[in-house]
Amino acid sequence: MLTPPGASPVVRVLDLEKFYGSNHVLRGISLEVYPRETICLIGRSGSGKSTLLRCINFLEEPTVGTIEVDGLTVAADPLHARNARHREQIRQIRLRAQMVFQEFNLFPHLKVIDNLIEAPIRVKGVPRSQAIATAEKYLAKVGLSEKRDEYPGRLSGGQKQRVAIARALTMEPKVLLFDEPTSALDPTLVGEVLKVMEELAHEGSTMIVVTHEMAFAREAADRVYFIDEGVFVEAAPHAELLDHPRDQRTRDFLARTMRA
Amino acid sequence: MVAPLAARGPLGLGPGPEAIVRAVAASRRSARLRFRLVFLATWIVLVGGIVLLIGSTGRVDLDFLNTWTPLILGGIPITIAVSVTAIVFATMFAILGALGRLSRVAPIYAAATLYVSLVRGTPLIVQVFFVFSALPEFGIVLPAFIAGTFALSFNYGAYMTEIFRAGIQAIPRGQIEAAASLGMTERHTMRRIILPQAIRIVIPAIGNEFIAMIKDSALVSFVGLHELFWFARTVGTSHFQAFSTLTLAALVYWALTIFFSLFQERLEKRMAASDVRL
Repeated sequence: MLTPPGASPVVRVLDLEKFYGSNHVLRGISLEVYPRETICLIGRSGSGKSTLLRCINFLEEPTVGTIEVDGLTVAADPLHARNARHREQIRQIRLRAQMVFQEFNLFPHLKVIDNLIEAPIRVKGVPRSQAIATAEKYLAKVGLSEKRDEYPGRLSGGQKQRVAIARALTMEPKVLLFDEPTSALDPTLVGEVLKVMEELAHEGSTMIVVTHEMAFAREAADRVYFIDEGVFVEAAPHAELLDHPRDQRTRDFLARTMRA
Repeated sequence: MVAPLAARGPLGLGPGPEAIVRAVAASRRSARLRFRLVFLATWIVLVGGIVLLIGSTGRVDLDFLNTWTPLILGGIPITIAVSVTAIVFATMFAILGALGRLSRVAPIYAAATLYVSLVRGTPLIVQVFFVFSALPEFGIVLPAFIAGTFALSFNYGAYMTEIFRAGIQAIPRGQIEAAASLGMTERHTMRRIILPQAIRIVIPAIGNEFIAMIKDSALVSFVGLHELFWFARTVGTSHFQAFSTLTLAALVYWALTIFFSLFQERLEKRMAASDVRL
């Protein structure tokens, strides 16, 4: 979790704004994420936290601002979003910033192992045997080696999400983006996924996590950012924001969340 | 007052809960069996009645049928060959058409939409005759099998285009987002993620189209292809026994559709059992 001194940020978001029609969802976000850091983004639904995450890997097109991942910079260019050069740069960013989705999004017609090796082989050109070895390593890491040849339809929610994490890891990205990874899970299955994420955080993976699970933030976050109405209200290291919020809006949010 | 069944244990005092479950299942099974038997009996009565009606017309010459039925039934392989070939090519037209209808490239979208509109907007029989009678005016004389199969597949392809388009659009957006996030190009995503799932979704609809195709294959008799209907019509009209031969042909088509429908039902059940749902 300790960042090497003098390291440059893995992810840099500069003055990001996003409009959906006339809805000003992100109103000027700037963020730097350094190697080995785990960042948690918390906030109400509609505050823009998922939109921010999805702008980093361009699942949403930013309206204004710049995204930089692993030294690759792409500026918001909503007017030319379909241009081939723009698309290729975005693809390169996506290879380095793998996302784990709330709804898992595993490919149901492929076995677990095939879910993991499809992109490494056909997108990155990794030789098949090497891709399989890497996939099996990460499948073991999330504790699902025995499910290698199963179809996703036969897995529980927690297992699917762990496979999804393994799929992201097999691409060996520079940063992992987690979009509310446990929100669609039955409460009894949340723990197994958080355990995997905590391990990754402690081992030094660079992670940006949008979550409602405050216990995870407390346990694994290097910094917690509170976002409200499209801007960062405050940020603090580790659990400071959770324990000693300085802004009233943060206090209100935490009080409501704890009550639930 | 007798204690409720569930309260009596399995120690010889009466049936326990497992016995109740078994009894209920058995009674459901026998109810289903009764239903099927009555269904079968009703069909036997109704079909028997129709057969008697047909027999009573006096227009059915059994010797005649004895002689000519084998020849007429000899058309069945061609009927099936045409239907199978046509559905395969129709599927290919349909996939291209669906991709065209989903295209963001204006000329491709326009061409695909024209295909669907034009072919669905004109009668199949007109299209079959077009291939048979109109093309030769330009020196294009196709062998009967190719002409008939092409007309059928081109026509069905237009209808199945919309089926495939709906199937592709039924794939959840999350699949596309996951593929994009993994760095897959749109073409890669369509080929490896979307189409394989879409085809699985549309298989029941294609099965229905195939069954309809078996009946529409009768139209290719008009391009001179010697299939079931051609034999039935030719033999029947030349011997003034059209009633017999056409009734026979109708029964054969009916039998074919029933057969393939049952086959499709079984296939759908098997697919549902091993359904890969998320």
